[in-house]
Amino acid sequence: MATSELFTLIDGDCVTSLRATIDGDALRIAPDVMRDATGWELKPEGLCQGDLCIPVRDRVALADARGVDLAAFARAQGRPLALDIAERAAALGTSAAERSARLATLEAPDFTLPDLHGRRHTLSAHRGKKALLIVYASW
Amino acid sequence: MWQAMYQELGSHGFVPITVALDKDPEDVRPYIERASPTHPSLIDTQHVVAELYHVINVPTMIWIDEQGRIVRPHDSQFGTDTFTAFHGKHSAPYLDALRAWVREGKGVLDPATVRGHQIQPTPETQLARAHRALAWWLHQQGRVEAAERHFLRAGELAPKDWTIRRGSMPIRGINPMGLEFFELAKEGVPLYPMEELPVEGGTSRKMS
Repeated sequence: MATSELFTLIDGDCVTSLRATIDGDALRIAPDVMRDATGWELKPEGLCQGDLCIPVRDRVALADARGVDLAAFARAQGRPLALDIAERAAALGTSAAERSARLATLEAPDFTLPDLHGRRHTLSAHRGKKALLIVYASW
Repeated sequence: MWQAMYQELGSHGFVPITVALDKDPEDVRPYIERASPTHPSLIDTQHVVAELYHVINVPTMIWIDEQGRIVRPHDSQFGTDTFTAFHGKHSAPYLDALRAWVREGKGVLDPATVRGHQIQPTPETQLARAHRALAWWLHQQGRVEAAERHFLRAGELAPKDWTIRRGSMPIRGINPMGLEFFELAKEGVPLYPMEELPVEGGTSRKMS
């Protein structure tokens, strides 16, 4: 029996609590909730975010009167989805195609992270210098 | 020791940027405070940089030029010889190569070589990172058992990613230098393709 529940969607830095319908192992979200949470909506042209539209092969699997199926939504974009219905939470990641393509440009992806004092630093602020990025850990 | 390199080479337009893939700033506070860096020394609890750059182990070094382009990709190199007996690498040739890059622009790899030596994310490794992100969130919520399931799933999907398999050990209450780590190490240390381009050796220069 389908139930309406609060669900947590993690997408990078963005953690959104949204209302979803849980129906067995399917998670469905109302189209306007999907749009507000992710910026994506299903239009005649396909699955769109602003001016970008992805053609959708199986519109019925993606969305019907019950809402947008989150797993089908992720598949339509080639994005990984770690879904845990029991925990009412999911994490949506970046597609391998997008990550690979971006790395292949050889442009160092920009990021902003805090130091020990909580001050935030952005990589691109150091343009004009040679930067050595050292990724390490205490483990 | 990167602070020493920064003091030596900073006036030549060089900046080291350290990024710690630790679960808590407190885990690296002793190291950072001892180093007293004036260069950016950042904490990445959510593994943002690990995902953006497809980092699979630490330490990983990447050279980024003045235009923000990667000119030498992921290299497992060390700034000191503290663990040379374990991994066999000496820091001096790498530090000399770094000096030659900063001072003379040497050692920059052409784009085809850089691309040829990048490891490629796959749908499995990206799904692993999504499971890790979910595991981390669940852990923050105190849902330890659920977090454990997703850390393990992440490790199954990306067995060669030690930012997941070893990096999650402290979060899961496992000693990352202990028995579980030695078992993991038996599978072989994950390597980057840069292993096949050894750093040109040379006599170690005294710091000026």
